Amino acid sequence: MKWKQLVRNKPFVIGASLIGLLLMLMVMSLFYTPYGPNEMNTAMRLAHPQPSHWWGTDNFGRDIFSRIVEGTQTAFLIGVSSVAIGLFFGLFIGAIAGYRGGWTDEVLMRLMDAKLAFPGILLAIMLVSVFGPGLGNTIVALGLMSIPAFARIARSGFIQYKEFNFVKAAVARGAGATRIIVHHILPNIASPIIVAASLRFSGSILAEAGLSYLGLGVQPPDPSWGRMLSEAQPFIVNAPWYVLITGSVITVMVLGFNLLGDGIRDVYDNKS
Amino acid sequence: MTNSLLEMRDLEVAFTLGKQDYPALQQMTFQIGEKETVGIVGESGCGKSLTSLSIMGLLPGTAKITKGEIRLDGKSLVTSSAQQWSGVRGKDITMIFQDPMTALNPLMPVGKQIAEMALLHLGVSRKEARQLALDMMAKVGLSRVDRLYGDYPHQLSGGMMQRIMIAMALICQPKLLIADEPTTALDVTIQAQILNLLRDMNHSTGTAMLFISHDLGVIREVCDRVIVMYAGYMVEEAPVEELLDHPRHPYTAGLLQSLPGADKRGRILYTIPGRVPPLTGRRTGCPFAGRCPSATAICAAEVPQMKKAGEQHLVRCHLVAG
Repeated sequence: MKWKQLVRNKPFVIGASLIGLLLMLMVMSLFYTPYGPNEMNTAMRLAHPQPSHWWGTDNFGRDIFSRIVEGTQTAFLIGVSSVAIGLFFGLFIGAIAGYRGGWTDEVLMRLMDAKLAFPGILLAIMLVSVFGPGLGNTIVALGLMSIPAFARIARSGFIQYKEFNFVKAAVARGAGATRIIVHHILPNIASPIIVAASLRFSGSILAEAGLSYLGLGVQPPDPSWGRMLSEAQPFIVNAPWYVLITGSVITVMVLGFNLLGDGIRDVYDNKS
Repeated sequence: MTNSLLEMRDLEVAFTLGKQDYPALQQMTFQIGEKETVGIVGESGCGKSLTSLSIMGLLPGTAKITKGEIRLDGKSLVTSSAQQWSGVRGKDITMIFQDPMTALNPLMPVGKQIAEMALLHLGVSRKEARQLALDMMAKVGLSRVDRLYGDYPHQLSGGMMQRIMIAMALICQPKLLIADEPTTALDVTIQAQILNLLRDMNHSTGTAMLFISHDLGVIREVCDRVIVMYAGYMVEEAPVEELLDHPRHPYTAGLLQSLPGADKRGRILYTIPGRVPPLTGRRTGCPFAGRCPSATAICAAEVPQMKKAGEQHLVRCHLVAG
């Protein structure tokens, strides 16, 4: 294992710490938040940060810290499930295209190209406006959005590895296509896929923030960072901390996953 | 020769490049008897590996069998569907590759790779497969097999990996083992060990062997009979001693002459002038005519047929009286 190298890799350590911190907050939020996330206190509207409300309150007097912390659940849920959807279908399509080659490859990859031609967020907006906003549809839309990226990475890995001797040897042994794909090739292309997944994670969270900011993602009153950002916008002069804090948290999450991915790539994909 | 196990008759394999077919193997006719070890020698690009791949049904996408027949135990392999063939591959015919370092999956424990073979073809449980693999590992001369089972290829030496490959190839007790230059990537002392092992396994399990090599010394060690190939044709076939002592084809004679040896110390080694013509530049006539020291007019005009030059000795040359 390359744990030692990973531990010495600065981007990985910083990224892992940031993500670890957010994960801890998420776990905490399952059991405890200082205030209920939707609990309003009209006497304390747009309060600035102070001991009783660490990060202040919003225009309804809801505790921003509690809402942010509660929002980590949404963020992780969306990240994990949309990446899972993208991974599953992306690997499936990429594996078949790369392993079979020929016409199968052409057709599948041109479909993926067609998908890549749309800006991802536009596609997600389209899907959500057709199927309606909400958490589930947002996840599906973001998952579909990330399929082509995984499919391309898997395909290139399969094209590369199917020419390797040990794969040919497995064919010569009489192993079937499924066995070769799952047991012999997939484990060998895991590292670029892990890197892509961790980068995709931040992409999904950012996209969800974008969708929710536009009012198409998670619906009120459930806390979502993107929607909090859009709610904070009118008060940017009166309560600048609201925008700053919400934006910073999104930044920290995205930065964390990007650093994590970069670190893993440095260690595992180092060809030199 | 005992009953024939593998029979190849007038096989022709061609590569399609652009719109044209270029035959890379022609008029391949030979047999391998049960328990027999047959060697194929020839220089790079003469069709040795292509012969083995066509038996395995693993020809690259651009190549296809255009003519002829391959039979295993009387059953035709050429007409087999992909599914039937994959039942033969690994069960009845197995193959050992040139470079064991690249022929093993780097991310799967070696023991598991051997067991996979048994799982695929013997219909045994995981536990039984593991036990079979352990037994086989011991049989091919590996020690501390319990620990070795879980080791990954990078933890093993080249010789150990080739033993693993042999264990994998023999675990299902195949009828025919194709060894494609199994010792080329190994150093000389390990080579000798692996050759001994192959010979022992051939004797003890009764698996017939098709042994491909460009090293006549190795062929002499292992084989009963030898086929010499040149530019896609078999040019000579004979029992190993006969062939090495009385080569009839000018190409075989040239090969033998260019071997280093104690009596040639200090002298410049003989080389056959020229090189194997590329696939796209093969002309009519004897394939070897362009490089043959004693070629005559007929050699450039007509492909010679295989003819008998002694008991069990076949040669493809106009200059040898039949």
